[in-house]
Amino acid sequence: MAKRSSTGGKLQLDPVTVRKARTLARRVGKPVVELATKHTTVSVERATLRLAGLSGADPDGIPWVNRLLDATRGDVGIEHGIALPVWDALVRGEADDLPTLAEKASAGSVRFRVPEGRDLTRARSAARTQVGAGVRRMDARRRERERLVKRLGDPDHKPWIYLIVATGDIYEDMPQAQQAAREGADIIAVIRSTGQSLLDYVPEGATREGFAGTYATQENFRLMRAALDESSRELGRYVRLTNYASGLCMPEIAALAGLERLDMMLNDSMYGILFRDINPVRTFVDQRFSRQVHARAGIVINTGEDNYLTTADAVEAAHTVTVSQLLNEYFAKEAGLEDWQLGLGHAFEIDPEVPDSFRMELAHAMLARDLFPNAPLKWMPPTRHMTGDVFRGYLLDAFFNLAGMMTGQSILLVGMMTEAVVTPWLSDRDLALQNVRYVMNAAGSLHEDFHPSPDGFIAERARQVLAESIDLLERILAHHGSTGLLDAIADGTFGLMKRPADAGRGLDGVAVKAPGYFNPATDILEAARW
Amino acid sequence: MVILRPYGDTTGDGMVQVSFTLPMAHSKIAEGAAAQLASKMGIDPALVVHAKPMGPDFTFFVVYGRVNHLVDTSKVEVVERDYPLLSPKEVNLAIRKGLRRRLVVVGGCIGTDAHTVGIDAILNIKGFAGEKGLEYYRELRVVNLGAQVSVPQLVERARAERADAILVSQVVTQRDAHLTNTKEMSAAFRESYPAAERPLLIVGGPRFDERMAGELGVDRVFVRGTTPGEVASYLTDQLVTRRATRQEVPA
Repeated sequence: MAKRSSTGGKLQLDPVTVRKARTLARRVGKPVVELATKHTTVSVERATLRLAGLSGADPDGIPWVNRLLDATRGDVGIEHGIALPVWDALVRGEADDLPTLAEKASAGSVRFRVPEGRDLTRARSAARTQVGAGVRRMDARRRERERLVKRLGDPDHKPWIYLIVATGDIYEDMPQAQQAAREGADIIAVIRSTGQSLLDYVPEGATREGFAGTYATQENFRLMRAALDESSRELGRYVRLTNYASGLCMPEIAALAGLERLDMMLNDSMYGILFRDINPVRTFVDQRFSRQVHARAGIVINTGEDNYLTTADAVEAAHTVTVSQLLNEYFAKEAGLEDWQLGLGHAFEIDPEVPDSFRMELAHAMLARDLFPNAPLKWMPPTRHMTGDVFRGYLLDAFFNLAGMMTGQSILLVGMMTEAVVTPWLSDRDLALQNVRYVMNAAGSLHEDFHPSPDGFIAERARQVLAESIDLLERILAHHGSTGLLDAIADGTFGLMKRPADAGRGLDGVAVKAPGYFNPATDILEAARW
Repeated sequence: MVILRPYGDTTGDGMVQVSFTLPMAHSKIAEGAAAQLASKMGIDPALVVHAKPMGPDFTFFVVYGRVNHLVDTSKVEVVERDYPLLSPKEVNLAIRKGLRRRLVVVGGCIGTDAHTVGIDAILNIKGFAGEKGLEYYRELRVVNLGAQVSVPQLVERARAERADAILVSQVVTQRDAHLTNTKEMSAAFRESYPAAERPLLIVGGPRFDERMAGELGVDRVFVRGTTPGEVASYLTDQLVTRRATRQEVPA
């Protein structure tokens, strides 16, 4: 990443204004973090069990973490944390290990309690040991990645080329991903089956059936990472793997990603609320935990600002992208993520019929670059104005690629001319990569020469978007109540979706923490603020 | 009756352009194979203007040529618009006068489909193709349930909101999910409502065939390119105009 200070960007943004925007984002985000720290969720607790090594599923395919959690919750709730009742049962000798305990618990032959006194101390210490071992396994995977990157190397160009694979069948995905890597992909994303975000469990094992994507499971993660390790050796560069820590199980999926050495995860602070109608409190609690896991595992997160522009107008709503980026940055840093892990998103979605649309795209992309000079920004291709006219779409994708090069973007999701027509064919991907390669070859370093005039259209537009972002943040703060952001989400500020805090999916999996709440995973992740 | 041929640059030249991939390495044989396919498609002479290897096992072709087929426009079957196109103002007025209450539309994506692009384009105030969505119409009350709504949820909500019309969008078509989901939906509404009280059932999506309404058990299928104005006009026609003329209102 080029080293630039936030005041030395090409747009020469006023450092005071930039600081003000960040301060406002912090003020907006802080009450939400406080809210998050006061709650826990079923998925956070299940992720803790997964870090302790519990995996697998019963004959009906229900994961043991769900079985054990449901049994424990039935006896004592989750407000004390799953660790105390579970390790208390283990210390009491109800079972020799977690899988046996889960099995006995789901058969109804274990009674759980919240331990006190010496029992409490012993349960705590046992839980800390076992969960700590899981965190160390994650640490080992992180070191393994660092070794591989050192040995095999990173791509020799910027932006990194990001390609999507989505067949529904992991055994089809693997050869397709390897072929995509051979054709030039630096990052492979395996899109999830559309149903998965609303499942309150993580499916088990290798899966061959999915809708418009492949289920995220621990075994699928392992298989795909192994396939790409093979490709990395073959190609002499480390090919990265991306999946989705989103939906009702994002903490668990984050933990699995850390354990299986995934490299990037889609992980947005508000996406689930807005686009999946997941309860806001559930989302913010799950978000914080999953980001703490990503921070520790050395995973780069990809945020989902591009999605706002698929429902709202890309010119009118440009500032909602900036606001969301600022909030994502705040939430990410609060959870321990560093600049190099912040793949903040934005997209090329302005209606091509609008005059000066390309100049505005440049302004927006450059604003993101200047505001977050050290973040690996993710640049997303047009989808909304892809009409089925594949020829026009191909041209639009070329301009998207060019804007990416001119503004020094870091991760480029390759646009398909058949967007909105079919899931990409082999030839679509080949043509799309030719498009990227041509632009990269012809104009890859154009950003070095491209300095928009300080009082020109681009700089002016960027200043306007930043000003509108500050206005919006101020309006969010002005919402009455302690958490203005929740109110703003409730009344449709982002992406035009209205999502009240007391509605949405997954609300029944949220609990207010009781005094004495204990979660060894959170304790370890928060202690290690490096 | 009008008989047509494709038009390249001269009337009647019959020129078309196609592209496709064959799962074989690039070679003279591969180019010949592409020409053979084109000729079987009725393109003759076929000009293989571009052949590009994609990895060791595939070749991509662009072919130009003349087709020998004729098109008879009198034999084309389409569903013609059978309702007048109204402006938002006219829709509002018709509903206010004809219904004397707001018309209730409940919409969403059913099944596992999370692609709300279609339903949002029709319902969100933002709209589509320069037309405002149904939320913009003062006399329409729109309840957008968003993505991944189950059929029972949809029926329940339709009852609670006293829906006049149900709008379902289906984008994902893997294993014909859009067809099975739609049939499940229409069956559920038929089961839980007496025939006379059942809301109008409308389904839309890029891969539907507009002639399939009967088979799917819905009142109307809308396809790619449908605008909110068309949907609003259809709703008005079915639920206000025709209802007023067809049914005797009991005293």
